[in-house]
Parts: sequence; structure tokens; C-alpha cells
Amino acid sequence: MPKRPMLERIAAAAIATLALALPGMARADEVVRIAYIDPLSGSLAATGQLGEQHFRFAIDRVNASGAAGPGRRLELVALDNEVSPEKSLTLLRKAIDDGIRYVTQGNGSSVAFALSDAIAKNNRRAPNQAVLYLNYAAVDPGLTNDKCNWWHFRFDADSDMKMRALTDYLAGQPTVKKVYIFNPDYSFGQSVERAAQAMLANRRADLQVVGAERVPLGKVKDFTPYVQKMQAAGADSVVTGNWGADMTLLAKAAQDAGYKGVFYTYYLGSSDVIAGLGAEGGKGYAQISEYHANLGVPELETMAAAFEAKYGSQFYYWRVVNEIDMLAAAMKQADSSDPAKVGQILSTMVQKTPLGDATMRADNHQLLQPMFVSELEPGMKFTFPDNKMGFKTISRIEAEALRQPTTCKFQPPA
Amino acid sequence: MEQLGLILLNGLVYGLLLFMLSVGLTLIFGMMGVLNLAHASFYMLGAFLAFTISIRLGFWAALIIVPVLVGLIGAVVERYGLRTVHKHGHLAELLFTFGLAFIIGEVVPLIWGRTPVPYRVPAALDFPLFSIAGNAYPAYRLFMMAVAIAMFLVLYLALARTRLGLVVRAALTHPDMVGMLGHDVPKVFTLVFGAGCALAGLAGVIAGNAFTTEPGMARSLGAIVFAIVVMGGLGSIWGALVASLLIGFVQTASISLDMPLGTALMHLGIPVNTAMLTDLWQITIARVAPVVPYVLLILVLALRPRGLMGTRSA
Repeated sequence: MPKRPMLERIAAAAIATLALALPGMARADEVVRIAYIDPLSGSLAATGQLGEQHFRFAIDRVNASGAAGPGRRLELVALDNEVSPEKSLTLLRKAIDDGIRYVTQGNGSSVAFALSDAIAKNNRRAPNQAVLYLNYAAVDPGLTNDKCNWWHFRFDADSDMKMRALTDYLAGQPTVKKVYIFNPDYSFGQSVERAAQAMLANRRADLQVVGAERVPLGKVKDFTPYVQKMQAAGADSVVTGNWGADMTLLAKAAQDAGYKGVFYTYYLGSSDVIAGLGAEGGKGYAQISEYHANLGVPELETMAAAFEAKYGSQFYYWRVVNEIDMLAAAMKQADSSDPAKVGQILSTMVQKTPLGDATMRADNHQLLQPMFVSELEPGMKFTFPDNKMGFKTISRIEAEALRQPTTCKFQPPA
Repeated sequence: MEQLGLILLNGLVYGLLLFMLSVGLTLIFGMMGVLNLAHASFYMLGAFLAFTISIRLGFWAALIIVPVLVGLIGAVVERYGLRTVHKHGHLAELLFTFGLAFIIGEVVPLIWGRTPVPYRVPAALDFPLFSIAGNAYPAYRLFMMAVAIAMFLVLYLALARTRLGLVVRAALTHPDMVGMLGHDVPKVFTLVFGAGCALAGLAGVIAGNAFTTEPGMARSLGAIVFAIVVMGGLGSIWGALVASLLIGFVQTASISLDMPLGTALMHLGIPVNTAMLTDLWQITIARVAPVVPYVLLILVLALRPRGLMGTRSA
């Protein structure tokens, strides 16, 4: 092969330099990567993988409609943190070094605190490498209160908001008189217990808390003795933040023991809990959530059907779709993928959704959206495959009613 | 009084369940000197196989077939795996079973998925048997107890009263002599390992539907099973029974006690300075219930290092 003439090589180099120097001019095909840092192996892998499927689904939707702006595409980079805060920080570092500017995570508030803190420090030290953190499920109220951080946005209601909704509902039910509070023994369960105690106090003269208990996460096999304590205390309602296998085992033990009280839960509706309950298992038990399959909104039903056709699992995280939709809309409006600019837009964003307006609070970056108390009933339009029951809305709580006072004091970046 | 009855009954069920889980482990250790770290994985395998078989052939068929199947898998593992690494000593064996636990732990979700499978209590036993103080008592729990007790009797009689048991026990202490007498010692070991795994499989069939059958079930039980085996005395079937029941009763009873730790210690005549570590003394006994087995384990090891019924000296 003959040598290329000198002039041609100089010209090629000049063009290459120009292209590098003026990236803004090459508008076409900007790919914005989002690091998904959640458990993809180990005992919580099922939860993490379900989340990943929802993100892929939500991103495909946004990319297909061009909602993030002309020529801008989103891409998910899934990273396995094994629910370890230390591992998450390593992954965050790696993601930042790889040029990723958006991080999303949801499982475990301990991980969320670590990430939020590290991201705040990173963004202070290296503003040109700033990272935006979108939290879709870590519900410790501290993240939007005393430990708040301008770069953190939460798309799920925090545990205090959910408890507010639940206790408002309970206080309105004259048959509810004796409430038992039962939770996993770590930061999340402790804050649920605190909130329940505080919000149930002095509501109604004949409404009292008859017991409060915490159990270590994932350590108890037989919940029967605990159910007997609820029975002995005469509780007609149990408020619980237990999740995963613990929630399943608790509900099973209660039904085996013929316990008549109703469980008011945070996480009854996740498919791994339902799958373990058996036919008719959990009938009449309730949950608080921002979504369930029987909300009767055709648009969401089509979306859920498309998700289930593609991934073979039940559509669960409506808030993930909401999060990605809002992120894309913010990028389009900012006409940029710069995290600081996108964050500014997101900070006061009001998103029209099929369920009503979702408003991002500017003072603590907590999304306000309608929530639903629903109970597991047979004969619903959409049911769980192994259980033959589905959720039925018994109370809708409007977004504004969920607004809680916040201690958050953050400053937008200069 | 009724509450006490409930506590005893629950303690008995939980204790017998723990016995079912740990007896195979102690048997294998007692006979072969191998600490099988994959024991809980065989239990999980039993539960998942029982789920698959019970769909096609029913629960009662699964109750017979699954232990045999898991036993065969165990025998194959011993014949082609453990025996090969045996010559490299106990550490190699330990590492082998450690690896095996990981492999089973990953293969199970590959086949059955990562979410719990709907393995159900058979309809014939799915009814409340009687009721104490408003608490229904499921018939299936009584069935679990019956199986555990039958398991203990059969094992005890087989080892103590039959010729095979004699050979097995002799092969443990004097393998060379037993070999000289014309018995195939390696085959005895395969048999023992297979039987131990079959017992774990049986426990899986029985407990998988009473609780949940999910890929994390082996991990959540591993620690407590080892605590029982060590506490009872490695290798002792009686010890496993006593330790299981002890843990079952103590743990169930402590769940029912809402007395703060500090008060409880004072009732026991142990003076505590409640001014210091105030938070600690406020914790109720119920809250620390799940730690109780391990506290017992440490107590036993400190006071009687060979375990409750162990014969080996420390």
C-alpha cells in the first residue's frame, strides 16, 4: 500500500480535531447512559432484575417516541451492587470514570444514603463531572429530610407519606380499633414503626396501638408465635413494612392460625410475595402503593400488557416509567443532557400522568403523586397467576394530601 | 395456661423441624467426619423437586420419590466427587462441599426461577385440626411432627439395632478392620452420605410447603443447622434431637416475652447497672429471640465443648 500523501493526512487530522472540538454541532445521536445500581445476584436478585426489566421497558418507550429530544437516546447500564453500600460506591466511582452522569437505584435505603452522600461530595468537588441521582424505591424519609441533597430525586412516596395515607384510611374505618405494628428490624422498619406510632396516636378515642414488634430481616422461618401475640393482644389490624419472604411467611402463618385481623402492608403486591401465598392466600389483606393492575386506566393496562408480553413478568413499577418519562421530558425541555440543567427543570416539574398530576417538590425533591390503598380480592379483571386474586382500590389519596413537612435545606448548585 | 400450651406446641414443631434439617448433617459428620456445607442445599433441592413431582404425581408420591432422588444425587456426589478429594484431607472435602453449595444455589434458580414456587400443602391435610385460645392449629403441622418423630425412631433403631448399623458404626472407628472382615467400607460411606442427603431432601418435602420454597431458603437455614449440630455434639443423633428441641422451645418462648432485658436479668438475680447502656436493657426478650440459639451455642461451647451429647473430647 502506498503511503498517503502528507497533505491528505494533515487534512484528515484537522477534520478530526474540528469534530472533537465542536461536539455540539454534531447534534445527531447523543446517547445518555444511566447507571442502574441494584442487586442482580444473591437473595434479592429477583427484585433487582424485575427493576432492570422495567427500566429497559421505560427507556425503550422513551427512545421510540423521541421524548428525550431530537437525536437523544437513553441507554441503561446495569451494575450489580449485591445490596452492599461499599460495592455501590465502587460502582458509582467506576460509572463516573466511564463518563456516566445519571444514576438510578432503589433497593435498600442504606445503599441510597451512601450513594446520595457520595454523589453530593463528588458534585461539589468536580462540578464538571456532576451526577444526578434518581431514586425509585428507597423510602427512608431521611433522604428528603435531614440528609437531603439537591442532586437526589425520589419518585416513590417515602415511608412517612405511605404511613400517613394508611393511617388516614385506618382512622376512617370505625371497625378498626386495635392496631399491631410489625416490622423488619433495620432503619426502614424502625422509621415505619415510629411513623405508625406517631400517626395513630390521638386519632380516634377507640383506636389504640396494642403492640409493636420488630424482627430481624430474613431470619425468622416460623412466624406463628408472632401471630399468636397479635391474636393475644386482640389486634384487628396489623400494619407491616415486612417484604419478600418475610411478608409471605407472615401472611401464611396468619392464615394457618386462622387469624382474622387484616394486614395493612407496604409490599404485599410484589409478585414474589404473592407467588408464595397460594390460592386465596392473603384475601382481604391491603397494601399502599402508587399503582396496581386494577386501576381501570386503559392506557396503563395497555402498557402493562406490553411489558408482560415482552418480559413475562408482571408490571409492577409504574414509578420507573414515570421516572424515565420525567427525566426524558426534562432533557428535552433543557435541550441538554447536562445533569445540572436537567436537575433544575426536574426540580419544579409537574408531569401529567394517566393517574393525575405528579409534582416534584422543589424544597426536597420528593415526588407527590396519588396513592392507593387496595385490598386483595378474588374476581378482579387482572389477577396474579398463582393466586387468582387481584388488587381492588378501596381508597385513593390525592398527591397534595401526602405532602409532609420537611427539614430539608439545600441550595441549588451555583 | 393456654398461652403456655401454645408456646410448648410451637416450640415442639419448630424444634422437630430443626431436628429434621440437622439430623442428616450430624449423621454424615458422625460417620464420615465430613462437615457437609451443602447440606441445606440438599434440603432446598428436596423442596423444589417435591414441588415439581407433586404437580404431576401428587404430594404423597413426592414424599416417597424425592428423598430417594436426593439420596441418589448425594450418593453420586460422594462416589464421584467427595471420594476423589478425600485423599487430600478434610480441608479439601470442606471446600468441595462449600463449592457444591454454590453450584446448587445457582442451578436451582436456573431451573425454577428466582421467585418462590407455589408448592402447596396437600388438600387432605390443609384444615385446622383444633383451636387453642382462638388460634387454629393446622393438621399439617401435626403431620410434620409425626414425620420427624418417625425419622428419629427409624434412624435410631437402624443404627443401634440392625447389622447394617453395626457395620456403619464400626466403619467409623475401625475402617481398616471392617474392611479386613470383608465389608466394602467406601460403599458404606456412599450409603451414609446418600442417606444423610435423603434426610435433608425429606425435610425439604415436608417443610417446603409449610414455609416457602424459594432459592434463598438454603442460605437462611445454613447457620442455625450448624449451631444445632455443634451444640448437640457433632455426630450424635440424640444430641441433635435434644439441641433442636431446646432451641425450638427457648426461641419460641422468648418471642412471647415482652419483658425488657434489664428487668429479666434482675429477676434472675443478676444485678445490672441500668444507668449505663440504657438502650440495651430496654430491649425486650422478644426482640433478641432470633439471637438466642447462638447465645445457647456459645454457652454450650464454653461449658461443654464437645456438645450436649458429644462423645469426642475437645
